[in-house]
Amino acid sequence: MTVRFGGQVDAVALRNALDAGTGTVKDVVEECLARIAERDGELHAFTRVEAECARARAAELDAKRASGAALGALFGVPVALKANLCWKGGIADCSSKLLANYAPPYDATVVRRLLDADAVIVGTTNMDEFAMGSSTENSAHGPTSNPWDTERTPGGSSGGSAVAVAGGMVPIALGSDTGGSVRQPAALCGVHGLKPTYGRVSRYGLIAFGSSLDAVSPFARTIRDVARVLEVISGACDRDSTCLPLPPFEAPQPADPSRLAGFRVGVPKQCFPAELDAGVRACVESALQQLERIGCELVPIELPHAELAIPTYYVVATAEASSNLARYDGVGFGVRAGSELGLQEMFAATREAGFGEEVKRRILLGTYVLSAGYQDEWYGRAQHARTKILGDYLQAFEEVDLVAGPTSPCTAFRLGEKTADPIAMYQTDLLTVPASLAGLPAISVPCGTSAGLPVGLQLVAPAQEDGRLLRAAQAFELATDHHRALPPMLLGAQA
Amino acid sequence: MSATIERDGDVWVSSRTGTRWHVVCGLEVHAQLRTRTKLFCGCETSFGDPPNSRTCPVCTGQPGSLPVLNEEALALAVRAALAIGADVAPWSKFDRKNYFYCDIPKNYQISQFDRPYCTGGGIDLPSGRRIRLHRIHLEEDAGKAIHDRGTTTLVDLNRAGTPLIESVTEADVTSPEDAFDYLTALKEILIYVGASNADMEKGELRCDVNVSVHPAGEGWRTKVEVKNLNSFRNVAAALEHEILRQIQAYESGDESRYPVQETRLWDADKLVTRSMRSKEAADDYRYFTEPDLPPVTVSPSFLERQRGMLPELPAARRTRYVRELGLSAYDADVLVADRAVADFFEAAARISGRPKEAANWISNEVLRALGDAQTGASTIDDLPVKPHDLAELIELVAKGTIHTAAGRTVIREMLESGTAAAEVVERLGLEQVEDESQLEDWCRAALEGKDAIVADVKDGKEKALGALIGPVMQASGGKANPQKVREILKRLILES
Ligand SMILES: [Zn+2]
Repeated sequence: MTVRFGGQVDAVALRNALDAGTGTVKDVVEECLARIAERDGELHAFTRVEAECARARAAELDAKRASGAALGALFGVPVALKANLCWKGGIADCSSKLLANYAPPYDATVVRRLLDADAVIVGTTNMDEFAMGSSTENSAHGPTSNPWDTERTPGGSSGGSAVAVAGGMVPIALGSDTGGSVRQPAALCGVHGLKPTYGRVSRYGLIAFGSSLDAVSPFARTIRDVARVLEVISGACDRDSTCLPLPPFEAPQPADPSRLAGFRVGVPKQCFPAELDAGVRACVESALQQLERIGCELVPIELPHAELAIPTYYVVATAEASSNLARYDGVGFGVRAGSELGLQEMFAATREAGFGEEVKRRILLGTYVLSAGYQDEWYGRAQHARTKILGDYLQAFEEVDLVAGPTSPCTAFRLGEKTADPIAMYQTDLLTVPASLAGLPAISVPCGTSAGLPVGLQLVAPAQEDGRLLRAAQAFELATDHHRALPPMLLGAQA
Repeated sequence: MSATIERDGDVWVSSRTGTRWHVVCGLEVHAQLRTRTKLFCGCETSFGDPPNSRTCPVCTGQPGSLPVLNEEALALAVRAALAIGADVAPWSKFDRKNYFYCDIPKNYQISQFDRPYCTGGGIDLPSGRRIRLHRIHLEEDAGKAIHDRGTTTLVDLNRAGTPLIESVTEADVTSPEDAFDYLTALKEILIYVGASNADMEKGELRCDVNVSVHPAGEGWRTKVEVKNLNSFRNVAAALEHEILRQIQAYESGDESRYPVQETRLWDADKLVTRSMRSKEAADDYRYFTEPDLPPVTVSPSFLERQRGMLPELPAARRTRYVRELGLSAYDADVLVADRAVADFFEAAARISGRPKEAANWISNEVLRALGDAQTGASTIDDLPVKPHDLAELIELVAKGTIHTAAGRTVIREMLESGTAAAEVVERLGLEQVEDESQLEDWCRAALEGKDAIVADVKDGKEKALGALIGPVMQASGGKANPQKVREILKRLILES
């Protein structure tokens, strides 16, 4: 029997099949590479496919299995990495001209843990430059297409990883979520995307955008896979001081995983704004009813400071980014421009030539909000607003176990549709940034389609309650078929 | 035409206008902490290693790398703070200081801005003056940019990430002498508590000066920062120069010459300060809380543990040496100036039970061997003579086995060869001659032809004996017991 995963086999099933002696890692990797070769010309999820590296790894793992050694939790599972995760085998260019060919001299903690769990990294995926964007269009490699409609964006910034999974090229992929960069593309591509509690997963080796918000986050087609990846990558890390000193995540094993008896689910009215797409609204409302049917009690709640979230987020994230991205000056790394100039002029020339427009816009914004005379008014007030937004959630969680609503105010939009209007683009993060600012675990799960395009239901849990979040997501998954829906281009492949 | 400026204590007086000028000065001192590894990574701190050989993803600022605070650095920083009686904050935080330069790989320096780990404290100077500390904070050092290769700039990041404490005084320094004394005392304390080696030549201690002058009774005027001060003497000299330059500028009445807020560099060859850059608009470092590091918390138990590790500090030692051990203030100063010397002294004094003698031997003989080509020792710990060796010598002298003059020969031999005192005494035959008839022979020889002295002694002028003891000692090769020689001479004269 050939092990197949083009939408039919999830990572845990694949690993268990290999563990049971079915097929070889070589077969799995070859099939994976074939799928990428077949589909990625059209989708452009990958910035680099590390085929030789993956084949060598497959041989190594097959030998390991033959030796009778215990097999890791992701044994033989192909994984794609967003191009902002450091991996000694790859290029972490952040889809930026400036970091072209940056070969990290070290592995990110999450990469180390994937490899220790016997996963096979097959390549790096496209993203908005330095994770700044919501459509994967701000990329030095050009845009990625949504498998549901290749004229549309997959969302972003982790669009490449979302499409690698949604397009059936890999069962799981890692992205990073700063203000919704995993949840929003998960919603727009019809897969699961989990942003864990801030500090649950080490950031060491994740190239920083907004340090106080960044979270390494998995995409997968089943909650079981999401949980498995979290089990592998989470846990205390002595190289990241903001990583919580907790043991690795363990997925809950409820007696009846299909029921959420007694769960109180808060539905904030602020999550259903006027600009919410009607099709999205309909899907999410029916998803909420589904939650009721499996035992949840829906509770209308308020998140009164939600309207501050977008401006707060764009001040905090850009401030941190302006400093985080200062190192790309052409001295230590990056593509140098103006090497004939004096130092400061060389820095300027390098940054002028290497950064894209959106990155420059955010660096300028971040520099401005930290400047003397403006810092109190902007950065200071944003920090204050951030505590208010967290306060809203803390208050809500006094009454409810989870908060639910749509992940994105719209379904996948057309390529180029919002690129001319940054504010319109920023608004697509409206529903994901509050949980980011509050550091809370949040997940987008598929909850149907509108006009043939996927819609995501977002669930948010209190800090450290990643387990509760996944328990609820799994119950919803068991009650519905939405996560099984495949983009039309894969339906032929399935036959 | 410039006026003559004269010192009247801490006031500078203009001969032309009679204006009495006061000085307002504060010192900023960066001291490198004596940790094994850097502040935020596991690289060893280094001096003189091949360029970029002590680096890792963190201290080279690789994308995705993160800092982790070195607890040892915090412990040393806290000890330094406790030693100057400062307050250690139960929680403080790190901030990013953003500026672009090729020697800081992240283009921001992790420092402490509005919540330093330490505030207050002060140092009492020998002059009786007290210099209060405003604050001390922890920060990482930059690398080194080397610009001497034509148009190419080379960067060495071995030093990048080395832990520093930056201490800032209140504007209590009112003269170059204050500055010199303060730096001497601060350095001494840092070395004593083991916080820093504070070697200025290795860049482990760096000092910047802020100085302004104003006529008595008026408000403070524009302050000028002076950098590039690579010795305490240079600090004092630069300060002296800068004070005079500023006074002359004001006295000229020419407003275009008045000091402006700027940074000046001290030129130690030409003995002048020169403008480096003016701070028309103050640098905007866009400080904000370092999001990669949680706040620094110092628990009461951590604080007590560090306090328990503090040695007795120089000022306290000095006082104890004078009051309890009966040393002169001068000897106490000499010994305390170097913790290793003071520790050596205390051990020798304890073993021999004779602190005064131990002090004399150390300041007159042992310290002279330091920096001496023959011993090749630069610190007291490098010498072959250990405290118990010195104690043995002290006992030999005290028991009368050898006398002090012979002791000098012995200690020099000990310092050169590391041979034990008793062995040297035996080998050189330096044991005092106690034999009465031998001593009498030498004394009789010395008395010959010295009738005038004999007469004086007979007249009761015992002091005159001194002129006879020297020749006897000489005749004995320094081995005669001078006490006995004196007795015998007296007896022979009175008997004659
Ligand atoms: Zn290092």
